[in-house]
Amino acid sequence: MKIAVCVKEVPDTTAEKRIDPGTGRLVRDEGDRMLNEFDKYAVEEAVRLKEAGAADEVILISLGPEKAVESLRQGLAMGADRLVLVSDPAAAGSDYLGTAAALSKVLEETGAELALLGSEATDARSGVMAAALGEASGRAWVTSANSLAVNGGSITVERQSDDGVDTVEAPLPAVVSVTKAINEPRYPSLKGIMGAKKKPQDVTSLAEAGIDAAAVGEQGARTKVVGVETPPARTAGQVVKDEGNGAQQILDFLIEKKIV
Amino acid sequence: MAGILVVAEPQGTGFRRVGLEILSKARELKESTGGPLAAFVGGSGVADQAAQLGAYGAEKVFVADHEALGSGLAAPHVDVIAKLQQENDFSAILFGGTAQGRDTAAALAVRLGAGLNSDSTDLAAGGSGLQAVRPAFGGQNLVTSEWVGGPQIALVRPNSFQATESGGSAEVVAVTPDISEAALRAKMTARKPVEEGKVSLEEASIIVSGGRGLGAPENFAVVEALAASLGAAVGASRAAVDAGWYPHPNQVGQTGKTVSPNLYIACGISGAVQHKVGMQTSDVIVAINKDEEAPIFQFADFGVVGDLFDVVPKLTELINQRKG
Repeated sequence: MKIAVCVKEVPDTTAEKRIDPGTGRLVRDEGDRMLNEFDKYAVEEAVRLKEAGAADEVILISLGPEKAVESLRQGLAMGADRLVLVSDPAAAGSDYLGTAAALSKVLEETGAELALLGSEATDARSGVMAAALGEASGRAWVTSANSLAVNGGSITVERQSDDGVDTVEAPLPAVVSVTKAINEPRYPSLKGIMGAKKKPQDVTSLAEAGIDAAAVGEQGARTKVVGVETPPARTAGQVVKDEGNGAQQILDFLIEKKIV
Repeated sequence: MAGILVVAEPQGTGFRRVGLEILSKARELKESTGGPLAAFVGGSGVADQAAQLGAYGAEKVFVADHEALGSGLAAPHVDVIAKLQQENDFSAILFGGTAQGRDTAAALAVRLGAGLNSDSTDLAAGGSGLQAVRPAFGGQNLVTSEWVGGPQIALVRPNSFQATESGGSAEVVAVTPDISEAALRAKMTARKPVEEGKVSLEEASIIVSGGRGLGAPENFAVVEALAASLGAAVGASRAAVDAGWYPHPNQVGQTGKTVSPNLYIACGISGAVQHKVGMQTSDVIVAINKDEEAPIFQFADFGVVGDLFDVVPKLTELINQRKG
């Protein structure tokens, strides 16, 4: 069995970021870039399944700028076998629909029976891609897996739902997003990092990947940004030193704000 | 295209508050967008509670009752709502940003080839119907989006609007759930419910969070006691979660959850960017930290420089006393 892991390059989570008010898009040339932290859990889970003999190949798939290869290579250093990155100027400005359509096509090409995703990306914070990809690919899909077991042609997932933790069973092929509870991602070893550079890293255009350019990018988007504002930053309020009555002062403040 | 459909998720014998919040806002939006205000309720054994939504402004409530709609899995809901859309041609379909809401909205958007604006904290009439506002990078920017074509599907962050009753009543329409084989491939076979009375982080109107300053996992009891006195949910900083002091689902921040409660109380949390972007859209922020240089004091509305082990238990006691 092959496993595809959908990965994304995001801005460094510790850095301040901004949106270009002209285009409404994230300014991509600023600061450090990294593999989305949530994706590491999906990569780790795939690599563990391979190590346990449940999978024979782990393929990273992504849509993004060409230089994202640098960040996504971390997934290869963790143990994934190869990377397929769709990179095309015409794909810039893709919304969820376009991204799901593109990833679905790449997923199909890989022949992977299981597709794994992180629960969300640290930049968009929407957590909708697994469901969108599940629907776009016509596969069974399960989100927010705290654990995942592959048993022949099906999977069993402990799923974090709104109401608790549910056990869900689904047949393969399937799309699954994983939570941070599923594992502890490894740090790539020096050998892993060195080896990653030699692993296949295919950067393909939309046409090469067989993706309909009309479905992606700005032309395929069904949402559009019409304005970006920078609201005034939160400013410091009142700060007091606790001299035994700090708790009372907080209570007075909460009463004044009509919260309690 | 006419009217707004609000998807309200049942919870117990009532509804998750976010659905009521969206209905309350949609009452106001309808003045500009026109058309009827409808609600959809999908679940298992939920027919009786559907009429409650009339009190929040729904004129018509479509209710679908089926075991698979109560599984927490979204695919069966997508089938039912897609058919409802085919028959009614709503101009907008609004969901609460819960796990089920996110899954349903995303798959529905793909099914219908419709745009999805997620994580909205405000909705307004404008453009060709609605406009959605979402905070980017923890509220550093506010992005206004529209849709190209319809229906206009949006996910709304809990606590974005006030739930207010309108005193209306609704016509309840039973919908026959027509669920495909494909939507039943994933099956829920067992459920471990959350503890009774535990408030989910994203929906909580008050959150009390603990960080590195707690020093040890057992010290979260101090935070939990304050949370209990306020009926609040418990959050944790990345430092506390990474140290194994508190579980992952409670993490607030860039690599945890983004929350916007009415009140956020940070106990022993420094307020680094990682944490700040997950909670700075809270209405009111209170911080307790012994380090007066802690960045959190630069954006908290009220800060106490002091030992949280003195201040927090005292505050808990004061609040419990006040409650009588």
